[in-house]
Amino acid sequence: MATQAAFMPGAKVETLTFWGTVASWLTTVDHKRIGILYGSSAFIFFLVGGIEALIMRLQLARPDNTLVGAERFNELFTMHGTTMIFLAVMPLSAAFFNYMIPLMIGARDVAFPRLNALSYWIFLSGALFLNSSWLFGLAPDGGWFGYANLTTSQFSPRHTIDFWMFGLQILGISSMLAGFNFLVTIINMRAPGMTLMRMPVFIWMSFVTQFLLVLAFPAITVALILLMFDRFFGTLFYAPAAGADPLLWQHLFWIFGHPEVYILILPAMGIVSEVLPTFARKPLFGAPVVIYSGIMIGFFGFGVWSHHMFSVGMGPVADAAFSVSTMLIAVPTGVKILNWIGTLWGGSIRFRTPLYFALGFIAMFTMGGLSGIMHASPPVDLQQTDSYFVVAHFHYVLFGGSIFGLFGGIYYWWPKITGKMLDERLGLWHFWLMMIGFNVTFFPQHYLGLIGMPRRIYTYAGDLGWNFWNLVSTIGAFLIAVSLLFFIVNAFRSLRSGAVASNDPWDGRTLEWAIPSPPPVYNFARVPLVQDRDDFWLQKYGDGHGAAPRPKPAPVTAAEIAAIHMPSASHWPIVLAIALAVMISGLLISMYQVIVGGLATLYLMYKFAVELHRPPAGHGH
Amino acid sequence: MADHAVAHAVHDPNIGNTGLDNRKMGMWAFLGSDCMFFGSLIGTYLAYKGKSISGPLPHQVFDIPLTSYSAALLLASSLTMVLALAALQRNRVKVAARWLFVTALMGAHFVLNQVYEFTTFVLHDGLTLSTSLFGSTFFVLTGFHGAHVTGGVIWLLILVGLAMRGQLDARDYTKVEIAGLYWHFVDIVWIAIFTIIYLIP
Repeated sequence: MATQAAFMPGAKVETLTFWGTVASWLTTVDHKRIGILYGSSAFIFFLVGGIEALIMRLQLARPDNTLVGAERFNELFTMHGTTMIFLAVMPLSAAFFNYMIPLMIGARDVAFPRLNALSYWIFLSGALFLNSSWLFGLAPDGGWFGYANLTTSQFSPRHTIDFWMFGLQILGISSMLAGFNFLVTIINMRAPGMTLMRMPVFIWMSFVTQFLLVLAFPAITVALILLMFDRFFGTLFYAPAAGADPLLWQHLFWIFGHPEVYILILPAMGIVSEVLPTFARKPLFGAPVVIYSGIMIGFFGFGVWSHHMFSVGMGPVADAAFSVSTMLIAVPTGVKILNWIGTLWGGSIRFRTPLYFALGFIAMFTMGGLSGIMHASPPVDLQQTDSYFVVAHFHYVLFGGSIFGLFGGIYYWWPKITGKMLDERLGLWHFWLMMIGFNVTFFPQHYLGLIGMPRRIYTYAGDLGWNFWNLVSTIGAFLIAVSLLFFIVNAFRSLRSGAVASNDPWDGRTLEWAIPSPPPVYNFARVPLVQDRDDFWLQKYGDGHGAAPRPKPAPVTAAEIAAIHMPSASHWPIVLAIALAVMISGLLISMYQVIVGGLATLYLMYKFAVELHRPPAGHGH
Repeated sequence: MADHAVAHAVHDPNIGNTGLDNRKMGMWAFLGSDCMFFGSLIGTYLAYKGKSISGPLPHQVFDIPLTSYSAALLLASSLTMVLALAALQRNRVKVAARWLFVTALMGAHFVLNQVYEFTTFVLHDGLTLSTSLFGSTFFVLTGFHGAHVTGGVIWLLILVGLAMRGQLDARDYTKVEIAGLYWHFVDIVWIAIFTIIYLIP
């Protein structure tokens, strides 16, 4: 039990052997370690997806290029989209959910620590399964939204689509389990006094995101199950010859797919809503309105899905309804942008790297939002759909929005997570190179789309007037790659020899800055008593209307720390995740493997469930 | 403050600041998600209703009396589930185990009826997964419901096993209550499916 003892509060720090350290990470149920696992895996997959993008940009750098063929290009754009959405942005957000939610609501862990570990290991097995397709030369090639009936066995007979279908199914299980966990954590694990409207805005945006996760994922789960039955058991869900509706997949997919867009952007909006007040040294302007806007976005997010389908000819009534709802959803988004700018207004702004990324987010996301309102109008959309204009639009919201916001979060919380500061100069190099590279890459794509370049083509003739701007776009993509090198160097230098971070390096406003950097395993030696929004700021400075700062609490005693109980490490999550992966991958290999994996999964679910039922004495509970 | 922290450390870690049990709230979240799951499946069934271009039609194959009997079984099993919970609350473990076992038996009977129904459709009526849109949507929707019932039966039997080993008593009320929530949900979904597929012509 040496591995556990080292992480138990109050225990003497023991030196672990190398394998002891590995085992302690594999069996950890600490939300902070799981957050770090999510974040580092997501960053690696972000680089993988980025390399896929660079190969595509090289292929498109000049006309009639032969670097990769049409089929490889199909694989590249499918895997790039799938990787960036499911393996980079979502788990990077999950890293912040894991690490920051308990800290910001004043909790010692999430509601279900072992389930949290299970979510991560299922995510990792799904991600590895999906990417293992490259090794077999069977990378998915049906586009990230995998339209059936293109993906049925009649048109995609090889296992390529199976890797995609089962990979997404595994990732969906992980996301939903995490969603249940964080919903309960946010509702039920708040520190005393942390009423709903006192919760930090990042927590609110995460909260809305969890609702979207648990309510939107079942739609794609069903769509993928129907596809699996079509491909494996001969059902006819996506067979128009048998009378099936060719739009069934599109509806089910986008009922998931549009809320998914908000799953990707809301966490970044939450991060920006924390970064701006900290660096403007002002409360978030109209915080309740920002919260209501986030709820509205989440709610409307379920009512706009068919704007992805204007070109299929749904008829004027459906087109009009979805056009109106899409334009409506721009209202709460615009409100947020106004509030962020209002936060900066009159603040005593300190320009540090996290703030640069937050400002970059606002500017780029606004541009992506404006092109988005353009395609809310069906006649405009008919001109723009499936062109590079759309590619430009969604990269402005997902890269200019989500990725900039998430990098803002990385720079903002890095000192809290690692206990080390990042270098400011390298950070600014990263920001400016990424900002310039991003715009050089994607702004010309608006123009390319408007002059007729379709998305997903692997090459083009030289006399269409597309040559110059494609070359520019490729150069921009490599600028982004260079900017990431600055980040990687910065991160390694910080971990090796960075300046030590204080508890509160940015003069923060929320609870995570009240505890040491990095936080102890139990987070809060004493569960905080929350009296206001921006509680930590008010503790330090008073409310600015005469209330004095609160007196510093008495030092924590060793007896208090010794009384804290933290959950024990568990090996069942990782074992169960492996069994699940064995079962699902068996569908591509042998039915025996499915049966053995399935029985193992059932047995391990049982072991997982009863692990804490009547634990033997001395087990830590 | 110090007293408060100590009190926090020793009280039941499953009860959160709303006074509700984490695990119960987690189950409610799962059931909300499962509503969307069955909603998508039922939506698909309705979208394809009457669109089959071949094969036997619903009213030609359905055995309404048999399915009504199944439905009555499942509904009655919700009552036995409640009785099990009530017995456990008063720490009558043996009675609770008996009612849990009866609940599981009724669930198993429901599943067996479904197996019989499916077999008849395939062998007697020639309706399979790949006969028509009706076959595809019918088997997948009711099959997933049957899988939910099967999962519930396994869960109930595990609880019975724990009770027989003396590892289940009034302290575990919440665990059994959560199993009950799931069981009642599966029941309610069946009411919707039974009405939409079997009863509405």
